[in-house]
Formats: sequence, C-alpha cells, structure tokens
Amino acid sequence: MIRFMLMVNRQGQTRLSRYYQPVELSRRAQLEADVVRCCLSRRKDQCSFVDYKDFKLVYRQYAALYVVVGVTDNENELSVYELLHNFVEVLDKYFSRIMFNLDRVHIILDEMIQNGHVVETNKSRVLAPLTALDKMADG
Amino acid sequence: MPAVSKGDGMRGLAVFISDIRNCKSKEAEIKRINKELANIRSKFKGDKALDGYSKKKYVCKLLFIFLLGHDIDFGHMEAVNLLSSNKYTEKQIGYLFISVLVNSNSELIRLINNAIKNDLSSRNPTFMCLALHCIANVGSREMAEAFASEIPRILVAGDTMDSVKQSAALCLLRLYKTSPDLVLMGEWTSRVVHLLNDQHMGVVTAAISLITCLSQKNPDEFKTCVSLAVSRLSRIVSSASTDLQDYTYYFVPAPWLSCKLLRLLQCYPPPEDGAVKGRLVECLETILNKAQEPPKSKKVQHSNAKNAILFEAISLIIHYDSEPNLLVRACNQLGQFLQHRETNLRYLALESMCTLASSEFSHEAVKTHIETVINALKTERDVSVRQRAADLLYAMCDRSNAKQIVAEMLSYLETADYSIREEMVLKVAILAEKYAVDYSWYVDTILNLIRIAGDYVSEEVWYRVIQIVINRDDVQGYAAKTVFEALQAPACHENMVKVGGYILGEFGNLIAGDPRSSPLVQFNLLHSKFHLCSVPTRALLLSAYIKFINLFPETKATIQEVLRCDSQIRNSDVELQQRAVEYLKLSSIASTDVLATVLEEMPPFPERESSILAKLKKKKGPGAVSVPDLEDGKREGGELNGGGERGPDSAAMSASNASTPSPSADLLGMRSAAPMSAAPTSAGSLLVDVFSEAGPAAPSAAVNDDGFLSSAPPSEDPATLLSEADELLNKFVCKNNGVLFENQLLQIGIKSEYRQNLGRMYLFYGNKTSVQFASFTTTVSCPGELQSHILSILRATKPVEPVVEGGAQIQQVLNIECLTDFSEAPLLNIKFRYGGALQNLSLKLPVTINKFFQPTEMTSHDFFQRWKQLSQPQQEAQKIFKANHSMDTEVLKAKLLGLGTALLDDVDPNPENYVCAGVIQTKGQQVGCLLRLEPNGQAQMYRLTLRCSKDSVSLRLCELLAQQF
Repeated sequence: MIRFMLMVNRQGQTRLSRYYQPVELSRRAQLEADVVRCCLSRRKDQCSFVDYKDFKLVYRQYAALYVVVGVTDNENELSVYELLHNFVEVLDKYFSRIMFNLDRVHIILDEMIQNGHVVETNKSRVLAPLTALDKMADG
Repeated sequence: MPAVSKGDGMRGLAVFISDIRNCKSKEAEIKRINKELANIRSKFKGDKALDGYSKKKYVCKLLFIFLLGHDIDFGHMEAVNLLSSNKYTEKQIGYLFISVLVNSNSELIRLINNAIKNDLSSRNPTFMCLALHCIANVGSREMAEAFASEIPRILVAGDTMDSVKQSAALCLLRLYKTSPDLVLMGEWTSRVVHLLNDQHMGVVTAAISLITCLSQKNPDEFKTCVSLAVSRLSRIVSSASTDLQDYTYYFVPAPWLSCKLLRLLQCYPPPEDGAVKGRLVECLETILNKAQEPPKSKKVQHSNAKNAILFEAISLIIHYDSEPNLLVRACNQLGQFLQHRETNLRYLALESMCTLASSEFSHEAVKTHIETVINALKTERDVSVRQRAADLLYAMCDRSNAKQIVAEMLSYLETADYSIREEMVLKVAILAEKYAVDYSWYVDTILNLIRIAGDYVSEEVWYRVIQIVINRDDVQGYAAKTVFEALQAPACHENMVKVGGYILGEFGNLIAGDPRSSPLVQFNLLHSKFHLCSVPTRALLLSAYIKFINLFPETKATIQEVLRCDSQIRNSDVELQQRAVEYLKLSSIASTDVLATVLEEMPPFPERESSILAKLKKKKGPGAVSVPDLEDGKREGGELNGGGERGPDSAAMSASNASTPSPSADLLGMRSAAPMSAAPTSAGSLLVDVFSEAGPAAPSAAVNDDGFLSSAPPSEDPATLLSEADELLNKFVCKNNGVLFENQLLQIGIKSEYRQNLGRMYLFYGNKTSVQFASFTTTVSCPGELQSHILSILRATKPVEPVVEGGAQIQQVLNIECLTDFSEAPLLNIKFRYGGALQNLSLKLPVTINKFFQPTEMTSHDFFQRWKQLSQPQQEAQKIFKANHSMDTEVLKAKLLGLGTALLDDVDPNPENYVCAGVIQTKGQQVGCLLRLEPNGQAQMYRLTLRCSKDSVSLRLCELLAQQF
C-alpha cells in the first residue's frame, strides 16, 4: 500500500503531504526533509525507485516540483509511478497549471487514493465532485 | 482555470499563503505564522459568532500552518462545527481537518461520530463519501465500534451510489485492519466477493483492495474470488483499448485494476479448476505477447502502464512456479529489459529476475544473462540499480559460475559504493564458502576481501575463515603461506593482522621449513605490525607469540625479551599487561610438556550455520536472500548454533535464533549472556576460546578476556522501583522487585535477578516496630515434587541473623536454579518472637517459570513459521478473559516486557495485538515460547494464546498470564 504522498519543491518546502499510516508530527518534518534530500541527490538518468529504510520511494519530478510516495514492498512500482502522473494530469486538467489550492488538491487526492489504496483512476470521475461544486458556486 | 478566481476561493487564505511563500527567511515565516495564529485565536475567542465561511477560512489556514510543520493545538471545535454545515466545501474542510489532525480526544470523537452518523443517513452521496473518508482516515476504535456494522450494509446495498461504494470498501478495509474483531464479514462475504463483477470499474478497483486483504486473512472463505478475478482480468486483457473508455490510460485498458487483479491472484495457489486455469494461462500469455507488439503510442506513459501489468504478471508466474513455459518466457522478457534504455525497467528487471533465479525451471535461463548483469554491475550509473545487479548475481550463483561471479564481485568491490560494501563483502564470503571446491580458493578469496575492503569485513567474516582453516587440515599449510605473503605488504589491514596472528600462531610450523619464512622471520613480520594495532589485536598477537614459543622453542628468548620490555609488562592497558606477565611466567616456569598441553593446537569447531549468513539475513530480512541449499547443508543434526547442551526441543527454536544473532556474535556463533570466565592464568585466549564453549555457565563478571570474543552484554532486568505493597504472588509475574509482604510488624521486600536458568533473590526483612524480633528464622521449602526435580538449589547463602533490632532491616540471599519447568511456587516460612508471642508466617516466593525467559527477537516471517511449527493441539494454550486492569498500550507493553519475552513489533498484521517470543532456559533444555495477546477494548476482554515447545509450559504460562491483564 501507499504509506504517504508528498509534493515538495526543490527548496524542500512541503506543498502537500498526506499520510496513510500514522507518523508523529515531530517525525514528519525530518522524514520529509530526508526524503527530499534523497530525491534531490539523484540525477535524471537514475531510476525512480529508491530503497528507503524499510520501504520504497517512488518519485517523479516536474520542473521544480517533486511528487514522492512511500510504498510498501508489495506495491507495483511502475503502476504507482504512473499513478503519480495520472494525479498530476488530473491537477493539470483542473487547474490550468500546477497551482496551490489546498482544499481542492486534497479533494482530488481523496478521490484517487484512500487509505493508501487506489480508488479511482478515471479522470472525469475524479473531478466529478469538484465540477459539480463549481457549477453550484457559479450558478 | 486559476483556482483563486473560483467562486468559492478564499481570498484571505490565498493572501496568507502567498505571504508565506514570499518570506525570505525561516524566521520571517515563523513570525508571519505566529501573527496569523494569534489572529485566528482571537477570532475564535471573539464575541461575534463567526459565519461558516470565516470558520472554514480560518480552519483552512490552520491546516496550511500544520502542513508547514507547526503543531496546532486549537481549532478542533470549530472544525467539528463545520461538519454540521450544509455547504459541501465547509463540511469538506471540517472533515479534512479532522482526518489530518484528530487525536483520540474522546470528547470530540463523540461529536464527530454524531456528525458522521447524520451524514451517513443523509442519503446525499457526496456527504456520505466525506463521512466514510473520515472514518477511513481516523480509523479509531471508537469509530469502528460505532460504524463497523453499518458499513458492510452500505457497501453491498443495491441502491448505493458507485462513489459511495468505493469509499465504503476502503473504509471497511481500514476498520478491518485496525479492529478485525469488530468487522464481521460472515453474511456479507459472498456479496463482497461479487463486487469483482460490478459493472463499474471504479467500484472494482476499490473493492479489490478490500478483497485482497480479506483473502490474505481468510483464504478459504474468499476462495471464490479466484475465478471471478480471472474472468474479470480476461475481459480487460482481451478488450480493445477503446472498450473501457475512461479507464484506458494511454491506450492501456485499466492498468491499475489489472495489476490489482494479478496481485489478488498471488494470494492463492494456481486455480484447480482446469477451465479457470486455462483462461488464466491464456491471459498471462496475452500479456507476454503484448509486450512484443509494437507500441500503440510513443509516450512513455503507455509503455510504463503496459509494463506495470507485465511485471505483475511475471510476479504471478513466479508465484505459481509451475509453468516452465511461462517461466522461461518471463525470463526472456526480463532479459530484454535488462538492456532497455529506461533505467526504471532495468531496475525492475533485475529485481524480478532475482526471484526467478530461485525457481528450478528458470534458474538456467536466468544464468544465460550473466554477462549482461555483470556489465550492469560495472556500468550502471545508479547505485540502487547496481545493488540489484549484485543481488541478482548472488541469486544466480551456483557451482558452475561461482568463480566468475565471485571474481567479478571482488573486482567491483574495489570501486563499489560505500553504502553497499559491507553487504557485498558478506555475499562474497558466503558464496566463496558455499561453492568452494578447493579451499585454497576460498582462503584466497577471503584474504582478498580483507585486502580490498578490510574496513567492511566484519568479525563474522574473519572468524569464519579461521573456523574453516582450523577444521580442514588440507588447507592449513596453504593458509599459513598465503597469509604470510599477504602480511608482507607494507600496509595491510588490521583484520589481516588478526587472521595472520591467529593462523601463524596455530600453523606457522607448516611453513617454517622454508628459510624465507623461518620462525624468526614470521615472528618479526608479525611483530612489525604490533605497534600499529589496536588493543584487542595486540592481545591476540601476544597469544600468538606464546603459541610460537611452543611451536618453535628457538624463538623463546626473543619472545621473552619482547614480553619483558616495559611497554608490555607495564602496559597501561590491564589486559595487555596481564597477558604479558602471565605469558612470560608461563614460558619460564612451565616444562615443555606442560607448555605443549596448554598451548595445543585448537580442536575443530563444531559445524554450524555460518554466522555470516545469519548476519546477511539480519541485514536484509528473511526472504530477501535465497540460499536454501546452504542452510540445509548446515542444518545437519538439527543444530545450528552448536550449543552442545540443548535438548531436542531447542532445535526448532534455534533456527529462529540463528537469524537474529546478538550484535556481538562471537567466533563461536553462540549467544552467551553470561560473560566468559576470567582467563585461567595459564592459558591464552586461543585456549579460552575453546574452553568458553565447554563451560559457558561460569557466572562471573570477569573482564572479558580475549581479542576474539566481544562480550555480549549481560541481559539483566532493569531494576524497577519499589511499588505499592501487595501480597499477591501474581504481582511479581511481570516484575522482579517490590514489596512482597507487609503487616504492622514486618515488611518483606524482594529484589531478584535472573540470567539464563539461574536466579538470585534478595529478601529484605524490615522490622517496623521499635522492639527487637527474637529467634528470627526463615526456611525455604519446595513443596512436593518441586524439590526433587523441579527447582534444584534454593538455598540461602547464609542463615539470617537470629535477632532483628527494632527499625532494622536484614538481608538474605537465595540462589535459584531451574532444572526443568515447574508450576508450583516455593514457600518461605518465617518464625520469630515479638514481645514473647511467636509469629509464624508462610508466603509463596514469587519464582515463576517465566523468570527464566530469554527474549528472542524475530521477524514476522520467522514468527509465523515457528507458530505453524508449534501447531499440535497440546502445544497451544488459550484463554479468553475479562480485563482486570487498564488496557492502556504502554501499560500492556511494560507488562509484556517485564514478562521477560521480546515484544515484537510489526509481526501481527493487526497493530492492536501484541506478540512476544522467548526461550525458557532450564538446566536440561530450552523451551521456545510464542505468545499472542489480542485485546478487545470494546468488550474489555482479552484473548491470550500461547504456543510452546513443551505443553506443560503453555498451560502454566497461560494460567499465570491470565491474571496479569
């Protein structure tokens, strides 16, 4: 399963974090910094999966933004890797470019991953609640 | 569609976020945040009631601040208020805040549960989803209790919306993981399995995670999912990329769902039904075929999605391990990926091939890729890929290619990344030993290892080469010659000096005939290294010198001269000084015969599992290393650790011990909690090493005596503080110290310590009055059988004083030895006169079988393997009982640790449960025990299960422990 998902920029600032297994607050900052350091130190031609402590990191880089997830051993790395892309594509589809709007990003993430498991991969269905919401607000 | 312009966007929040973004320094950021926190606090406290929008905005800001890593200690109430809002965005922020920030504050949980209840019954699908997400995210016991029975109904109800079903499935999964006792699937099983047939792919995607988890726990009940999964998979695989519309990702139909279906099938053996199996094989073949077809898109996403399915299919093929044709095809496919330009694919191919190498059908096919893999090891730019390549080389190694692989790994070591060197060294050492046809090759390899990567050669590795050289006389001469040559290098690693000292000290005579390595030359060579070495190595060298005096009497004068010089005989290090003095004395007064006896050649070591392998397993976790033959080879006689005195019961337990040796595993590979006895004055370490196994029980806190053994820390129970008075024997099951008894006259305190099968108990008798106790006597008796064959020595080291003055305390020491397991407790009888009246007391002494526990750490895998091995009905004892004490986690943990067992984390899939493992040490045998305690907070009940290699122990422990919780 997916243990956590992070979106972090090059400066190491966390833009989004979601934990699917409890991690104490005090340990989060350290974990996030550590994970970012781990990803930043890697070159483009290196592979996108890194063993990290007792689990594995799968990450993708989009310009200055890193999307990183920690997964347990029994996850299919490539499918998670593409799930990240799918997620980013959904964000892209909804926001014109990656733009921070905390609650909505969380809504989208919740539609796609719950409890560390993939729940929906169809883009239009992921966005359905938000689209409905925006219609209500506009109307 | 910029987000801020959306109708519901919160301007204040956007401004705040952009302020934070623009902060130049961390200090400025903190300042801005504190300002905002103060502002929010005042708004929340203010007289004016906030409207929903403002509440949402502030809660959202708090959430953002939390995300930046600052703790938030208020706003929970406002968030809970938002839950009852009718506006989706307000409700959603409320739930989000609670999901992310809630702690099990019982006051709030009740309010939250209430809001959830309302939303679940609202029949508004978006509200229901939010409520279900929240339960899934928080997943607390209280929520499970409130909703566990409701959710399966929502999940399978015909009129539930698809999106709600999805959320319900994952919500149920979470509750099942945290409180399996509350989620009763019984009547729902078949309807849940049939969700695999749901026409909505999203529902299937969500439900399959639930079904996979349930199948792992109850494979038989969910068996029917296999055929459903196969038919679903077959429909996806054979569909054209346009059939599944929105679930097609870059022309690949439903890649995530396919992966999950293939993963679910890996919970089961190959289908027995021929038709189902045929259909599945067809699917797998189609997937393999598709990999060869030209891609439908040039986009990397297309090939990634396709390959995700392919790798999962290959995992399934490897899992079945029964279709030679598919295995070989999988291997060929992976072979192609090994040379792919995508690093990710090369990495995954190496990883999958590693498991493929252990299948008898594909081992040979894997071997054909050896050159590519070696090339990867040399040229890959990414250390994690190189690591996989090294793993694969290790896995594909057999007798036919061992020399090549070991040579490649050795040459790679010279430039290898520091992070993987130690593991590489272990692997080379294991392969060299496992496939050594001639032992001179083995010796060469290990000495090369020390030369190339001396810093990474752990003790286990050089201990092992010495064990092997000692045990095989055909290699001793060669080893002496090689090590002699290696030592001639101007700079050689200290580990080389250690091996050199040991081997020349034992077998230097075998090469002494050659004038180039005459005794004196050997000695001078060793001694030239002496001053550069650390204390333990010097100690070892001194032992080698005394051995030289025996081997070559002509060196006696020179060596005595060296021992006599001030830097030895007055060395500031006690150990070195002692050795120098004793060896000097030994060499001058002992006759040649005595000297020859004392310094005789080391006898062979008992055969046992390589401690190196144990170390590698520990590093990687079981399963990661597949070297089954080696283990089997060494398991002869059922003894891995070579512990001579173990009864048959211990054989199985020692298997799990072997994989978790103490950090300071010694040359003997034996875990000896009792420190070795002090060196007999006449013997050097070389001898003590042998003796130490013969007489490990000498309980002396002596200085550790040699360079080879590093002492395992004595495993004493930490002294706990005296706790409140209580006469109950039961109070002492999980603790060793405290007040045993108290009345108006007398207080008896107790302190005890146990090590292996021995114990020592200190009893303190305190006179609480101001008057003297006269004729004070105590007797300890063992009722019934206890005396004869259960508890052996239970004697006071000295009789207590006959008089206890007023206000005084006297002490008594009891020594205890456990011969075999027992269930009665010894009795302590106390008689004394107080003001003329005779007082007579009888108490049970709190000596219980669990005192002789030694904790055993083991991994989940080992635990369950052991658990299964102890499956005879009489080996298990189980009790379900009501909680008598607090069910608080920390309290429980402290009790279980006090019990003496190791409390194992991450073993039981349910984190609420506790599992422990330990070995009871008696004189005659060791009894392995596994324990599982499953609390049920709602019912305030426990289920306790014990499995021990001896039935009487299971029963007794179960009885004892049932009183403890």
